Amino acid sequence: MSNEAELLPGTLDLLILKAVSLGPLHGYGVLLRIEQISGRALLIEQGALYPALFRLVRQGLLKANWGKSDNNRRAKFYELTSKGRRRLREETEGWNRLVAAIASALAARPQEA
Amino acid sequence: MILAYFRSLAARFLDRSQTETELEEELRAHIRLRTDDLERSGLSRPDAERRARIEFGGHERFKEECRAAIAGNFIDILIQDVRFSVRMLRKSRGFTVIVVLTIALGIGATTAIFSVVDATLLQPLPYPQSQQLVSIQADLPAIGAHDVGMSQPELQDFQQSGIFEYVSPAWFDENNLTGSAQPARVRIVSVAPSYFALLRAQPELGRTFDPQHNLPGYLPEVVISDALWKRSFGGDPNILDKSIRMDTDLYRIIGVMPPGFDSPGRNSEERNIEVWAATSFYGPPLPDHPVRNRRNLPTLIARLKPGSTIASAQNQLDGLVASVQNQFAGDYPNGWRVRLLPLKETVVGDVRQPLLLLLAAVAVVLLIGCVNVANLLLARASARTREMAIRRALGAGQNRLTRQLLTESLLLSLLGGIAGIGTLFLAQESLLRLVPETLPRLNQISISWSVLIFALLTSMLSGIIFGLAPALHASRLDLIHVLNQEGRASTGSGERVQTRRVLVVTELALSLVLMISAGLLLHSFWDLLNVQLGFNPQSVMSVRTRMPYPNDVKIDKYATAAQEAPFIRELLRRCRSLSGVEEAALGDPASIPLDQSQRELNGLEGKFFLTFDGQRAQPEAPSMVERSRVTPEYFHLVGIPLRRGRLFNEFDEDTSPQVAVVNEAFARVYWPNEDAIGKRFKSTRPNSPWVTVVGVIANARTQSLAQSDVPQLYLNVYQNPAKHLAIFLRGHLDIASIADQVREQVQTLDPTLPVFGAQTLRATVSEFLLQRRFSMEMVGAFALTALLLAALGIYGVISYLVSERTHEIGIRLALGAQRSNILRIILHQGLTLAFAGALVGLVCALIVSHLMASLLYGVRPTDPLTFASVALLFLAVALFACYLPARRAMRVDPMIALRYE
Repeated sequence: MSNEAELLPGTLDLLILKAVSLGPLHGYGVLLRIEQISGRALLIEQGALYPALFRLVRQGLLKANWGKSDNNRRAKFYELTSKGRRRLREETEGWNRLVAAIASALAARPQEA
Repeated sequence: MILAYFRSLAARFLDRSQTETELEEELRAHIRLRTDDLERSGLSRPDAERRARIEFGGHERFKEECRAAIAGNFIDILIQDVRFSVRMLRKSRGFTVIVVLTIALGIGATTAIFSVVDATLLQPLPYPQSQQLVSIQADLPAIGAHDVGMSQPELQDFQQSGIFEYVSPAWFDENNLTGSAQPARVRIVSVAPSYFALLRAQPELGRTFDPQHNLPGYLPEVVISDALWKRSFGGDPNILDKSIRMDTDLYRIIGVMPPGFDSPGRNSEERNIEVWAATSFYGPPLPDHPVRNRRNLPTLIARLKPGSTIASAQNQLDGLVASVQNQFAGDYPNGWRVRLLPLKETVVGDVRQPLLLLLAAVAVVLLIGCVNVANLLLARASARTREMAIRRALGAGQNRLTRQLLTESLLLSLLGGIAGIGTLFLAQESLLRLVPETLPRLNQISISWSVLIFALLTSMLSGIIFGLAPALHASRLDLIHVLNQEGRASTGSGERVQTRRVLVVTELALSLVLMISAGLLLHSFWDLLNVQLGFNPQSVMSVRTRMPYPNDVKIDKYATAAQEAPFIRELLRRCRSLSGVEEAALGDPASIPLDQSQRELNGLEGKFFLTFDGQRAQPEAPSMVERSRVTPEYFHLVGIPLRRGRLFNEFDEDTSPQVAVVNEAFARVYWPNEDAIGKRFKSTRPNSPWVTVVGVIANARTQSLAQSDVPQLYLNVYQNPAKHLAIFLRGHLDIASIADQVREQVQTLDPTLPVFGAQTLRATVSEFLLQRRFSMEMVGAFALTALLLAALGIYGVISYLVSERTHEIGIRLALGAQRSNILRIILHQGLTLAFAGALVGLVCALIVSHLMASLLYGVRPTDPLTFASVALLFLAVALFACYLPARRAMRVDPMIALRYE
């Protein structure tokens, strides 16, 4: 448990976009994919995924279609729209800048201040 | 664009159930997939499923969040709220019905009154560019005479001043229409040829007068109304150029006005004109060379030049008036002031205040209704506390709940509004019949767009007013506290009860204000009904007839008193022989006590400007008085007693010296410390003879019920001929047939004379009170409704308090409290509210009653009797409303009350 981290607010959307960018997924699939690509380090409240998915669909970043899952269950599959792809790129760059800035701030030593 | 939006909105609304199933299915699919995975990792199916559910988290909360994410915008949430509200309201039908009925009553009544206010006061007069229409009124400031009319030279001054586009008098009169089977009296108005151009009115058939026409005398053309065309000419399509005979003169019909066209008059007589005749107001039958100080034309109406305003025109007019006064100084000994008023003001000015009073009264009823509903909602909110808490616990946001509750109250108020308007639509016909005839309504009173918008806005406003307090309360829930209190639904109620107390006090105060207003109106009405009339209307009838007034004076059979006298004597002799008739007399319409129908006519014909023989003791008293012309029998017939001198007798004739009878008020105003008998005066008209006062009669309220001391002057009809006649009969009369009997007698003497307007004097007197009665009855009905609502309000609150305290009362009783003590405690709570309401109400009523002082008669706005008796009645009703629940409290069985908890 101790190596699981709470999600920062606003990062769930980014993670979903990233997960879906690797190929169409249903909701549960998105959850598994995030766990997998984050090395099971991030704790996501499963139900919270869905409001986020609906919000992204409404914003036109994702599109959804009903289909069959691997084990033949009916499920709704999400994939990126071109607008979503663009947004993912922008947000990734933004995130990297933020992380770099915070990392360098946190790495500062007393004499440099 | 907009259409597409609505279509998508509708689609979303219809799609909603599908979205809902898909949402449910998607979440369930997630849990199923997770269960599959967990099962594969070695758990049993039930354990896997349980684990999957726990991992998923608050199912309902996420669903709600998903809905919000899908809906996204305001409209969608609104639709959701409305759907939910409808479900809630359908679940509590009784509550919904009560609220909707209360609001329907309030909105319906308010809208009904507003529709009258809208048609009368708010909408412009129904003529094109009517804001340019004005009336021109002249005052003689030195003698305090208002609206004295105009002379023909003054009319010409205005017409040629360049200030106005058109100027026209509107001289309302009657005429005898002959030629068909029965001579008929028609309502006619004599106007300048520019009248229709001035009003910008078009005929439905033919043409109107040529506005440029300016020859002496009457135009031989008339325009008739649609009603007369259909009634007297059967709607003959070839009516144009046909001749009609009025007052023995022939006129050619040149046009027919459309059905909805009304003249801008103050009462229904003046508006329902049947014939329009045009004249330049000089030349036969009027004087060829009219004089400046003979003001025989009534108020003028005019149209301002385009672009000109009343203020700028008044400026120019003041200049004109000053120069005219300089030029003809001898004609204006009493000064001359001319005022421009919006034409609408002269038409509706009299009814503005009573109408606004009604609107205010009905608005108060609506407000009380709202407060009552707010109270009901608060009571219901107590019952729903737990529901709200649970919904909050399941994830509904605070704002969301507030909005939900407001949506519910708005829905209620809109339903109420719709029910109110619906009822109004259905009852429209019968309600319109309640509106008194005296109300000037050139515009049809109807449920127009503006009325509908008013109703809609009022409904929404009331919804917000009564929904706000409960909604705010619900949003301030202490969740843990409520949920911990298992089973007990009513906590956090301290604050809510406080709000309800404030609401009830408001309601009580408002209803007391209304009751006191109604009480004052009732009191003045009662006083008016019971004044000493000074005359006796019992078993007296008046029947009208009218002598023709031919344009050629030479063919007038009744031109002089000597020519008319034989007709009058013979008519009265014949009338006395009719069955049941004990006395008969005759006079002009001004002599019919309290008659309002001929106001304009009487105002013009009855105005009498006096000059006095020798030095007058009271030079500042107005030299214009009301004058009636009567036969000698008149005074005895209407029961006005002689005080000094003598009445007219058979020796007062055309050839003998002119005599007059005056009332005591007249004698006191003009000869305060002297005997009026033998004093002389004469009319300011040229060549008028001196008139000697021979008798003084008692004061009677023949002009106005409210005033007993209006100076009255009576001349002898045998010395001063009148064209408009009223036959007075006293006795055991058969009201149904007496008009026909009189008609027969009149037409035996002269078959061209119309007979009309038969009415008992009692009916005339009660018509005088018609508008007052209407105001009083309406305000009274509103006040009763308000009292009932307020009583329900206080009853509701006290009942609630009692049910809240059942437990406590049970303990008190168990510990030995007397039942009378319990009664006292509860009554004390109720009466505290009632006294608070009464105090606030009395203070407000003092302010309001001063505003309505002008509507009162004989009662001061602070009348202690009214205030005290209404307040007592009010407290009695409040006491009764509290007593019912208090009695219930007294009968609480301690065993049951304690076990119940």
